[in-house]
Amino acid sequence: MSAISFKEVGKRYPGGHEALRGVTLDVEPGDMVFLTGHSGAGKSTLLKLIPAVERPTQGAVLVNGQNVGRMRAPAIPYLRRNLGLVFQDQKLLHDRNAFENVVLPLAAAGVAPRDAAKRVRAALDKVGLLDRERSNPATLSGGEQQRLCIARAIVNRPSILLADEPTANIDADLAAEIMAMFRDFNGVGVTVIIATHDLGLAARFASRTIRLDHGRVAR
Amino acid sequence: MRGWLRHHRQSLAAALRRVARDPLGSLLNALVIGVALALPLGAFVALATVERLVPTSATEPEMSVFLDLGATRADADRLRAELARLPGVRQVRFVPKDQALAEMGRTEGLAEIVAALGRNPLPDAFVLRLAPGAAAEDAASRAGGLAKVAKVQVDTAWVQRLQSILALGRAATLVLAALLGVGLVAATFNTVRLQLATRRDEVEVSRLVGATDAWIRRPFLYLGAVQGVLGALLAGAIVAAASWYLTPFLAGLARLYGGEPTPILPPPMLIGAATGLAAILGLMGAWISVSVHLRDRR
Repeated sequence: MSAISFKEVGKRYPGGHEALRGVTLDVEPGDMVFLTGHSGAGKSTLLKLIPAVERPTQGAVLVNGQNVGRMRAPAIPYLRRNLGLVFQDQKLLHDRNAFENVVLPLAAAGVAPRDAAKRVRAALDKVGLLDRERSNPATLSGGEQQRLCIARAIVNRPSILLADEPTANIDADLAAEIMAMFRDFNGVGVTVIIATHDLGLAARFASRTIRLDHGRVAR
Repeated sequence: MRGWLRHHRQSLAAALRRVARDPLGSLLNALVIGVALALPLGAFVALATVERLVPTSATEPEMSVFLDLGATRADADRLRAELARLPGVRQVRFVPKDQALAEMGRTEGLAEIVAALGRNPLPDAFVLRLAPGAAAEDAASRAGGLAKVAKVQVDTAWVQRLQSILALGRAATLVLAALLGVGLVAATFNTVRLQLATRRDEVEVSRLVGATDAWIRRPFLYLGAVQGVLGALLAGAIVAAASWYLTPFLAGLARLYGGEPTPILPPPMLIGAATGLAAILGLMGAWISVSVHLRDRR
């Protein structure tokens, strides 16, 4: 069974903009896939269909065999607990420190505080921010903020990690460091999908690359 | 299950912290709810007070039948039997004129006047107690037609009128309470909506990382309930303060009606019930507010 499977997926937003057309693809468990394409090609939309942030208007999106496009609203939180999401706009909460940002997925899943604290520290350690757990995200550098997002995405030990432009707005050295992190997660069996407009970055990893062009998979 | 209980505890603590962090805003919120609740609460207390001033036995119609001054003890005995046969009469009590005068002498301010009287000006009388709801006017007119009866006075007509007014007051208070209850729901809806606006990012991120709607809603529900409780306690304080201020005035009134001039504090049961109800209404307002917010952003 594929980790993620798109079958003839189309997405038309209210207002008529057609972001995806006839997208069919499969991502196997343990794969590391780059999703590339020009700005507006539909990369973000494709990623948003997987955690059911958006719903397809055509076709089926399957995650671990479940049709998430038709999933009932109460079931969606449980789907998302098995996914790690790194957002393009980071979505860090600035009214709380690094630790409190990372603990949120565990608190929402009802993990006991002592257990959660251990896992938060392990996640912060993995991204090299263990000494910054009390810092407010606003006081962290751009690279550190991105790593904090990654810590929050992996703290739930998801089987699938989705990252939307994780290296935008940071310099090349930091970008390489972050990509190395994703490769490490992939090395321990996590399925990773990274959307990026940086073709060079994707090429360096010799991983599978899916290119989107005006909402279609380019061959 | 333990995680669920823990989140309830955390949500309550978070709601209390949020209230404590903004004392002025919280006080004003509580004041809006408190003043709204104080109106029906105060009305209930006022009604209960008036009810206590009215002698409870008087809810059963009573009338006095005064005999001619020249009526003899034999006349009285005959009348007792005739009065007892009137429809609706439950009890007939004879008040001889000497006893009536003695009772009058015990009334404050009248003792000297009674002492100054050369002879007893009072007639013998019967006090009739009728069954509740009996037609007092009908019985009175029939009693008035009996021989040696000088005058019949329905004593409790005013009480019956007052009871009707009180019943109307109670009904009006319920209507008022229902309306202000809706107002309370609206007030918490609005406060929680403002809270949601400032914590929009938190709600959005929580959803994206797998929080259920119930989990997101919970802290806001506690916030609504805590506000309702604070409002109700404030309402209790407002009513208690008003009662304390009004008690001396009531004492004068109580003496006039022969009631007990006791302070009119709102009963703890009433405050307790109002607090519980306010908590539920606050929770409802918060529930609607969060549900609307979550639905609009699905």
